[in-house]
Amino acid sequence: KKQHKKNKKDDRGPPEKEKEKEKASVPAPSKPATQSPAHKGTAFAILHSLVFVSFLYFLLVVKRLPEHIQVDDPAALKKLAKKLERQQVPLRSDYGYKVSLFSHLHQYSRKNPPTQQISIPATVIHPSIVRLGLQYSQGIIAGSNARSVALLHAFKQVIRDYSTPPNEELSRDLVNKLSPYISFLSQCRPLSASMGNAIKYIKKEISNIPSQCKEEEAKRRLQECIDSYINEKIILASEAISKYAIEKISDGDVILVYGCSSLVNHILCEAFEKQRKFRVIVVDSRPRLEGKEALRRLVKKGIRCTYVLISALSYILPEVSKVFLGAHALLANGYVMSRVGTSQIALVAKAFNVPVLVCCETYKFCERVQTDSFVSNELDDPDDLIVTRNGKTHLENWQTVKSLGLLNLVYDVTPPDFVDLVITDLGMIPCTSVPVVLRVKNVDQ
Amino acid sequence: MELQAVLMAAGGGSRMMDLTYNTPKPLLPVGNRPLIWYPLNLLERVGFEEVIVITTKEVQKALSTDQRLKTDVKMRLDVVCIQEETDMGTADALRHIQQKIKTDILVVSCDLITDVALHEVVDLFRAHNATLSMLMSKVHEFTDTVPGQKGKKKAGEQRDFVGVDVTGKRLLFMANEADLEEGLVFRKSIMRKHPRMLIKTGLLDAHLYCLKRSVVDFLVHNKSVTSIRGELVPYLVRKQFSKMFGVHNKCTSKEEALLQLARERSCWNDHRGDMSEAYHGGKLRCYVHIMEEGMCYRVNTLAAYIEANRVVPKLFEDPPIHPTAVVTERSLVGSDSIIGPYCQISDKTSIKRSNVGTSSTIKEKVKITNSIIMNGVTIEEGCNIQGSVICNNAVIGRGADMKYCLVGSGQCIEPEGENAVVQCSSGYTTHTKTHTLHFCSSVVFVLNPAFCVCVCVHSLAHVCLFFV
Repeated sequence: KKQHKKNKKDDRGPPEKEKEKEKASVPAPSKPATQSPAHKGTAFAILHSLVFVSFLYFLLVVKRLPEHIQVDDPAALKKLAKKLERQQVPLRSDYGYKVSLFSHLHQYSRKNPPTQQISIPATVIHPSIVRLGLQYSQGIIAGSNARSVALLHAFKQVIRDYSTPPNEELSRDLVNKLSPYISFLSQCRPLSASMGNAIKYIKKEISNIPSQCKEEEAKRRLQECIDSYINEKIILASEAISKYAIEKISDGDVILVYGCSSLVNHILCEAFEKQRKFRVIVVDSRPRLEGKEALRRLVKKGIRCTYVLISALSYILPEVSKVFLGAHALLANGYVMSRVGTSQIALVAKAFNVPVLVCCETYKFCERVQTDSFVSNELDDPDDLIVTRNGKTHLENWQTVKSLGLLNLVYDVTPPDFVDLVITDLGMIPCTSVPVVLRVKNVDQ
Repeated sequence: MELQAVLMAAGGGSRMMDLTYNTPKPLLPVGNRPLIWYPLNLLERVGFEEVIVITTKEVQKALSTDQRLKTDVKMRLDVVCIQEETDMGTADALRHIQQKIKTDILVVSCDLITDVALHEVVDLFRAHNATLSMLMSKVHEFTDTVPGQKGKKKAGEQRDFVGVDVTGKRLLFMANEADLEEGLVFRKSIMRKHPRMLIKTGLLDAHLYCLKRSVVDFLVHNKSVTSIRGELVPYLVRKQFSKMFGVHNKCTSKEEALLQLARERSCWNDHRGDMSEAYHGGKLRCYVHIMEEGMCYRVNTLAAYIEANRVVPKLFEDPPIHPTAVVTERSLVGSDSIIGPYCQISDKTSIKRSNVGTSSTIKEKVKITNSIIMNGVTIEEGCNIQGSVICNNAVIGRGADMKYCLVGSGQCIEPEGENAVVQCSSGYTTHTKTHTLHFCSSVVFVLNPAFCVCVCVHSLAHVCLFFV
């Protein structure tokens, strides 16, 4: 492909040059005779540099596919196995039959924890990372913000217990130490976009530690960086977002929320404290039933709530005045990646002309582009879909039925046409301005 | 470091004095390996590199001299000796080694033989940041006849009542029948927080505990707690639901605040249906992993010892007949028997479903069925041994016929003429053609200059051995 593109560039090059030459030749027919040899030399050099630059550009922009969406490619799997073996991280095997459309994604079971092959006590992987991985895989820490905060907390422990080996520099060695931990965590549960951004930030901070800095000083500085990152990007961001969002909540509103988004819950609690009069409709869906937790938190605060399952959405929407949604990530083309069911809510709300507001901190913005929910997603444990009533399950032996597959998706993407406003800590922006924010962020960094 | 392993090997084996009066319990052979090898092997298999072993001087000597232990166990053993006379409980022992303990600990008892996936227990400890995580297993009924016991075993053992929540992992209630007067008493706070509780009685406590570091500190301050199983565990289980905690983590406040933030933002809760947050806001949590299938034996009674000897050799891929044992061609050793190193098995012997220990000599025409022969035993010709346990260095005379007997360490059974039957059903009886033993409660008869076995039957049907 790259070669082909290079050839294309080559093809485009000479005709351009010729056109220029023609233009040059028309006003001064005598000049080309004397100038062409010199021109040819520089022209050739310019052409070469153009080709080279475009080649480099494509190298940078055309990224390799990430491993976690190439599960059905045996070569990629082999590469992953080799990498994990080198890092001494155990490989977690996939479980059960995967629906063919999603066979390129990992599907793990909670019955095979990632700690099966890790030694007790954990020596290769830091104990706090093992604990974190377990909590991710069992769903004890769920939700984009919670996962990032827990990740940074674990990294603080790692940095605290780290000591530079002799003849090594902290800035390089610590980054290498973190790689197997990150591989382990992605084996437990695929990394979220917020976690990815946090890891990028940490790695950048570590590599920016000057070499003359003493170890204690460097560690202290890194801990402070982590603290300030959490403070700015999560805590203060949620304060700022609440301020903007509360402007949008007026008295007598009926607000619809979906699932349990820590940010949306925070906004609603703040609005209630600021004496706004509104009531909330919590929409929930199986198998996670996260809405129950959101319901608990809101009712504990004193907010009047209604609870429905997502199948009752079109029944309840005529009552609703606004929809507040949380996001797992905001993609570079304006699509919103969130818990599965969000796009359904946005679609139906659009059909009823109810405004949809997405609340998302800027550290969750990622440079990925996705237009569908198939290419990059997460498959949760299929056994979660099995219902047990009075000790009886009908789907207990679903694996033996050849024509049956259980699919438990975690995320879906919502197109920007269904989203009316995105409330971030930078302000209230339309969905299509996400790439602008990303560009500004990159320039800042 | 994440966990330190502590192996409690100082117990006396008070429930099988017949076996342990001469040999310390950790060194009793099970499947031709000392009992202490099994928990050490378990720890080594999961990846421990160091174990703190709390034991007596005799066991320490054996640990450094026994070939099997030295070669098979590759971990570093940090042996701490305690005096036998001081009668230390397990919690006292932890207090004794308090200086060595730097992280959370995994306490294992020396009489545990199990193939549990240890990560199940430790994962509960890690994931929920628990204070205590323990292992329990369903009790097996021992079906083999035990020498020295008439009839079925009565429920002389007091039952344990264990209360778990609906998931079967969180430990809510633990009490022993001996501590209860009329019935089970539950605090209302438990019922309010966990309205559905499952009470189980058929569970065996494997005495494997993961404890937080702060528990050891607590033990140091509370010197009245002597036993982990008897006092500490019920105390911790009760303390989960009381308002004041004596045992809590002392993390730096910043880290604690971060963890708190992560938990607040997480949309997970361990229970549904009431207004409280995850874990009901409690900091102290106790978890239990109940093994449904798999092997878990605590070798603290004679019945368990026999059962363990039966089952354990099948697990390991050792050759049933040790390469150094001399087994003649005309003997018949069944496939479910194991012969230890340096044994000598003579012609025309038949050994079925039995374990023969190190350096034992078995002469001709001996028939051994369903028995356990320990180390250094000599069995003369023509004996017929069935369902018995012969302890270290015993000598069984010619022609003895024993059914369901237990011969103590170093004892000698008189050689018989032809066809005398030595039967032990309600006690240990040896009738010889020439001598008769009297049964009385306190007097020991010396019938001949050699060692003799004398049995006393107490009024409570409690059997014990005296010997001169």
